[in-house]
Amino acid sequence: MNPIPFADYLVLALFALIVGTTIGGALIAALSTRIIRGVSGLMMCCVGLGGLYYFLNSPFLALMEILIYVGAVCVTIVFGVMLSEPDEPPHQESRRHAALWGGGALLVCLAIAFGVAHLGLSGPWTEPATRVNDGSVEAIGLALLTTYSLPFELISIVLLVAILGALVIARSGRTKE
Amino acid sequence: MNLLQLHQRPAVYLVLAALLLAVGIYGLIRRRTLIGMLIAGELIFSAASLNFMTVNRFYAPDPAVGQIFVLFIMGLAAAEVAIALSVIIAVYRNYRSIHSNDLSELKG
Repeated sequence: MNPIPFADYLVLALFALIVGTTIGGALIAALSTRIIRGVSGLMMCCVGLGGLYYFLNSPFLALMEILIYVGAVCVTIVFGVMLSEPDEPPHQESRRHAALWGGGALLVCLAIAFGVAHLGLSGPWTEPATRVNDGSVEAIGLALLTTYSLPFELISIVLLVAILGALVIARSGRTKE
Repeated sequence: MNLLQLHQRPAVYLVLAALLLAVGIYGLIRRRTLIGMLIAGELIFSAASLNFMTVNRFYAPDPAVGQIFVLFIMGLAAAEVAIALSVIIAVYRNYRSIHSNDLSELKG
C-alpha cells in the first residue's frame, strides 16, 4: 500500500527524534551553566518545535518558528551574551540552602507538569463535527486580512514601538560626555 | 493503542507542552542571570504555542485561528526579547553585572 517500505516506522523514528530534540533542547536551555550553551539548547528546542508543528499539519508555522526563533530571537540573545557577562556565578549559598531551593523548585515544577498534563489528558475534549476550512496558508492569509486585520496591524505597531524603544534604551549610555 | 499512530494522538503533544512549561518555570526559578531567565521565559512561550497548535489541530472547528494566534505569540515574543535585551544591556552598563542577586537597590 505504501510506496516506501517501512514508511510508518520511518515516520515514527522521525517523530521520536523530533520529540527528543525538543525535550533535550529544553533541558539544556534550563540547566546548563554556560549561558551560550543555554542559547544553543533554546535553538535545538525551537528546531524540534518546528518539526512538531510540521506534524501538526502546519508547515507554514514550522518555517516561521525556525525563521523567527532560531533566526531572530536566538541571534539577538547571542548579541546580548556578547555585550555582557552572563555566566552563572559560582554558588555562594551554602550547600544545604542550594539543595533546599533546588528541591523546592523541582517540587513546584513536577506539580505543575503533572497538573497540566492531567488537565490535558482528562479534559472533556470534543471533536468538531465539521471544519470551516482546511487550515492552509490561503486560509490563514484570508483570516489575517479579514477577521484579524486589526490585531495584525496592532502587532506591527507593537513591533515598531518595541524596536524604537530598544534603540532608545540601549543607546542612552553611549553619548560622549 | 497503536504505537505507529503516535504522532496523531493529541495526548503526546499536550504532555510535551506541560513538560516544556515545567522546565521553563524551573529555569525561571533557578537561573541567576537575567539572560538565563529570559531564555526560560522563551521556553514558557513555546509551551503555550505548542498547546495552541495541538488544540487547533485536533479540536478546533476553524484550523486557521490557532495558527494565527501562534503567529501573534511569536511576534510578541520577538518584541519582548528586543526590549528585554536592551534593558539588560542598560543594566549591565550601570551595575557592571546582570546577576539577579546584585540588582538589589529596590530591596526593602
